[in-house]
Parts: sequence; structure tokens; C-alpha cells
Amino acid sequence: MKYTFEMLLLAVGAFLALIGAGFAQDRPFGAHMWVLFFVLIGGAIVLMRRTEFRPAIAGRAPAPQSEYFDEVVKYGVIATMAWGVVGFLVGVVIALQLAFPDLNIEPWFNFGRVRPLHTSAVIFAFGGNALIATSFYVVQRTSRARLFGGDLAWFVFWGYQLFIVMAATGYLLGITQSREYAEPEWYVDLWLTIVWVAYLAVFLGTILKRKEPHIYVANWFYLSFIVTIAMLHVVNNLAVPVSFLGSKSYSAFSGVQDALTQWWYGHNAVGFFLTAGFLAMMYYFIPKQVNRPVYSYRLSIIHFWALIFMYIWAGPHHLHYTALPDWAQTLGMVFSVMLWMPSWGGMINGLMTLSGAWDKVRTDPIVRMMVMAVAFYGMATFEGPMMSIKTVNSLSHYTDWTIGHVHSGALGWNGLITFGAIYYLVPKLWNRERLYSVRMINWHFWLATLGIVVYAAVMWVAGIQQGLMWREYDDQGFLVYSFAETVAAMFPYYVMRAVGGALFLAGALIMAFNITMTILGRVREEEPILGAAPVAQLAE
Amino acid sequence: METYTAMRHFADSWGLLAMTVFFLAVVLFVFRPGARKAAQQAAIIPFVEESARHAGGKPLHTFPHAARKED
Repeated sequence: MKYTFEMLLLAVGAFLALIGAGFAQDRPFGAHMWVLFFVLIGGAIVLMRRTEFRPAIAGRAPAPQSEYFDEVVKYGVIATMAWGVVGFLVGVVIALQLAFPDLNIEPWFNFGRVRPLHTSAVIFAFGGNALIATSFYVVQRTSRARLFGGDLAWFVFWGYQLFIVMAATGYLLGITQSREYAEPEWYVDLWLTIVWVAYLAVFLGTILKRKEPHIYVANWFYLSFIVTIAMLHVVNNLAVPVSFLGSKSYSAFSGVQDALTQWWYGHNAVGFFLTAGFLAMMYYFIPKQVNRPVYSYRLSIIHFWALIFMYIWAGPHHLHYTALPDWAQTLGMVFSVMLWMPSWGGMINGLMTLSGAWDKVRTDPIVRMMVMAVAFYGMATFEGPMMSIKTVNSLSHYTDWTIGHVHSGALGWNGLITFGAIYYLVPKLWNRERLYSVRMINWHFWLATLGIVVYAAVMWVAGIQQGLMWREYDDQGFLVYSFAETVAAMFPYYVMRAVGGALFLAGALIMAFNITMTILGRVREEEPILGAAPVAQLAE
Repeated sequence: METYTAMRHFADSWGLLAMTVFFLAVVLFVFRPGARKAAQQAAIIPFVEESARHAGGKPLHTFPHAARKED
């Protein structure tokens, strides 16, 4: 009988969730345990329907193992796409909530609860699934070895989805520990720790049993992402729960130590989750898509070590002009500015991989998407160090400029490189000759790019106006504007921001349709892109 | 000396020195003699597995067109 152990585990888990619901110390915890109960019992039922209760026939050999374990990567790609659409949609919703406050539907769907839902959905659900799926794909190919640990990879995938569901429902129920990008409470954090250790075991195990003597640079980046996120997650979430059956906990740190811990975590979540992990994608998928090795392998190694050594110190720039010691603020600023060099080294390395094949930017929309992603990486990593300079920060901090900066990095860099990787992966994974439509990638590219440009440009204007209004004094020494006036002045920008986000969402919907059709095996009749040989996809 | 001061002094003296030396050693190691050839071989790893499957181990990708001065 298949899945015996898994079914037992889910049933026991569901039973424990039921006990948790019964003895809950507070109402949100009780509601959350009910959610967990239904998810686990649902999982157990699905497994029961897929299992066979007939005794195994002695002579029948088990299905032969394929060279690579790609089934979990397929699930990961679909999950990435699905969570991406959800995350972008929620983003558009909260953008509209800021413009039109009547859209705040209390208590579950007000801005305060939906905003972490958006950030977690796009960073951890969309980005995280993309990282897990691509890392499993890349590490197998570059190590020429099947994933280590057998079904452990399934545990990583489904365990991570459970983490996402628990985090998301928790936010809507009002359960939060109020730490930026780490809002889930202690029990969800513990679960993620278990899943992450399993992830590390699968990834590191595959590297250890590799047939390729050298560890390709993409795997260095993936490994640094997995290891560092484990360290950041554990330290940032050190907390004491009020009750083992309650949803509230208190941080192990207090005051400015707590603030610095949070931003040491927060900025390195950007540095190692959203940068190192996605750079690993860049170092594998761009060479593969343009069919050329990376421009300079030695530069990629220096890029790696420089990034590792500098990023970890940059966090204090989130706490300029606070109770944090002045030397720590300056340290954060200096390292942020130094970080500019490795970032641009990596950007140049990614872009120059196209040297001699620049025509592909015109003829291959996937390459165009990847190039735009790297360009946004360069722009965001120029803007970031600039904003970390204390004098610039005194104007930009707490304004919408920061939001614009984050989105040019997240939508432009993380979003576009993930889209490019998925477009590359889907025909390969499902053994399709080509994607359902290449022209739709073009539509997606322009909608996404236009959306990001509208979003970022509007937020620059909004942020600088906000910053200037906040600091404007009259000749008597009084502030010229009340805070409410500065909020009201933002209305047109907030509407335009929602339009930019909607464009980006529209592109993602086109992609979801294109991917679905490709998986279903359909091919759209269409004119090839001008200049692209019709066999360009095949040759790859 | 209280812990904070001790750790802070360690961080901006020996700690900083150790990390800088390690980083410089990495950079020097990357430019050691013979590193160019090793880097060239490492750079084509993503293309090796396909040729292993499709051409019975014979490398499909030699990339003469992409040979570059740097590497």
C-alpha cells in the first residue's frame, strides 16, 4: 500500500489540530487550528483516494526511476504561477484600498491584514516556490544526479505550501507577530524551520552525490540562499509563546536590539532570498536560453563572495536617525554603497553573456524578458545604495519612494527573471515542442514592463512630494502641511499606481493562460517573431 | 569590559581583518595560474548534461563562437 506513512502522519496531525482547536487559549488560535484541521484532513482524504488497498503483487517490479526527479518541479512551476497571480491580484486590491479607503472590508480584509498577505504571497509563495522549483531543476542538471532523499522533496513542496496557507489565513484572522516579512507566529515559524531543514538536506544531499566534480556557480548561490535564510529565520523569530495553545508570543529581544534584529533579517531576506537565489536563476537560465556560457565565470565567483561578505552588514540602513548607535547606521550605509560594485559586476556578467548574440533580444521574447530583468536588477541596486545614504534617506525614508524602489526590484528583477525561467522550463518539463504562443510572451513582456515603469515612476514623484511636504516649514518655524493633507495629496498617484499594478497583473494572467495551454499540449497558430528562425526553439 | 564593548572591539579589529583577508584570498585564488582553464570548463557545466544524453557523451557544445578573451 502506498502512502501509508504519509496518511498516518496527516491523520495524526489533523487530530492534534483538532485538540489545538478544542483547548485553544484564544479565539484566533482556535480558528487557525480549525483551518489546519481541514487542510490536513483534506490532504489525508486525497491520499486515500489515490492509494491502492490491494496487496502488492510479488512479481511486479516497481516503476523504474527516471534520470531526474522532475515531477516535484512541475508542481512547483504550477504553484509559482498560481501564487503569483494571487499575490499580484492582492497587490492591486491593496493599492485600490489606499486610493479608496471604502474598500477596506473589516475585519478580515482591511489594509493592515491584507498587506502582509500581499508581501508574503509574492515573496514567499511566488518567489519561494520559484526558488524551490528551479533549485531542484538546476541542481540535478548541473550535478548530473537525481534529487537526494526520494520523497523528501515532496515533503519540502507540500510542507512549504502548508506554511503558505497557514501564514496567509493567519494574517486574515489577525494573527501576526508584526515583524516585517516575518509576520507568522511562533508555531508557523517552527513548521517552516522543519521544512527548511528538509530543503537543505535535499539540496545539499544532491550536491554531495553529484557526478560533476565542480559545483556550478548557480548552486553556490542557491546554497547560500538556503543556509542564510535558515540562520535569519531562526534568529529573527526567537520568541517566547504566551501559551503553547495560543497565538501570541513575545520577541526574545527588546528595544533597539529587536529593531536591528528585524532589519538584519529584513534586509538579508532581500539580499539572500530575493537576490542570491534569483541570481542563481540568472546564472543558469540566461546561459541556457541564449545557448552561451556565462560571460566570465571568474567574475561570477567574485560576485558571489563579494555579495556574501557585504550584504549581511547593510541592514542598519533601514534604521537611520533612530536610537540605533550612530556607528551602526554609518556601517549600514557604507556597506550598502560598497554593495553597488558586486551588484553591477553581476549585472554586467549577466548582460554580457549575450555578447555576440544580441540579436536574440529582438527575436526571442524570453531572452528579452531576462535581459529586462537584469536591467532592473542593475537599476534597483543603484537606487538602493543611493537611498541608503543618510542625507538621501532623510528625504526618502517612510515615503512611497521606498515602495517604488522595492517594486522596481521585486516586479522588475524577481518577477521578470522568474517569468523567463518558467517560460524556459514549461516546454522542457512537459516535453512540448514549444510554448503555446511565443507572441503572447511579447504581450506579457510589454504589459509587465509598462506596468513596472508606471508604478515606479509614479512612486518616485509621490515619494519625493511626500518627503518635501513633511519637511516644509514656514518662516515662523511651523510645519506647513498637516499629515492628513499630505495623505490627500497622494490620491492621484495611488490611482495611477493601481493602474500600473493592474497592467502587471494582466501580463501575468496572459502568462497563466499561455502556460496552461502549453501544459495541455496545445499550440497556437501564429506568425513567427520577425527575424526568428521557426526552428529557433527546437534547436535549443 | 562589558560584553557589548568587547564584541564591538573584536568586530572592528580582528573580525574585520579576518574577513578582509579571507575575501582577498578568494580573489587571489580566482586569478591563480591555471584558473582560466578551470573556469572555462566550469562555465559549460549547464550544457554538459544535454550533450551527455543526446550525443552519447560527445560534447555538443564547444562554443568556439563564444570564446572570449576574458575567460
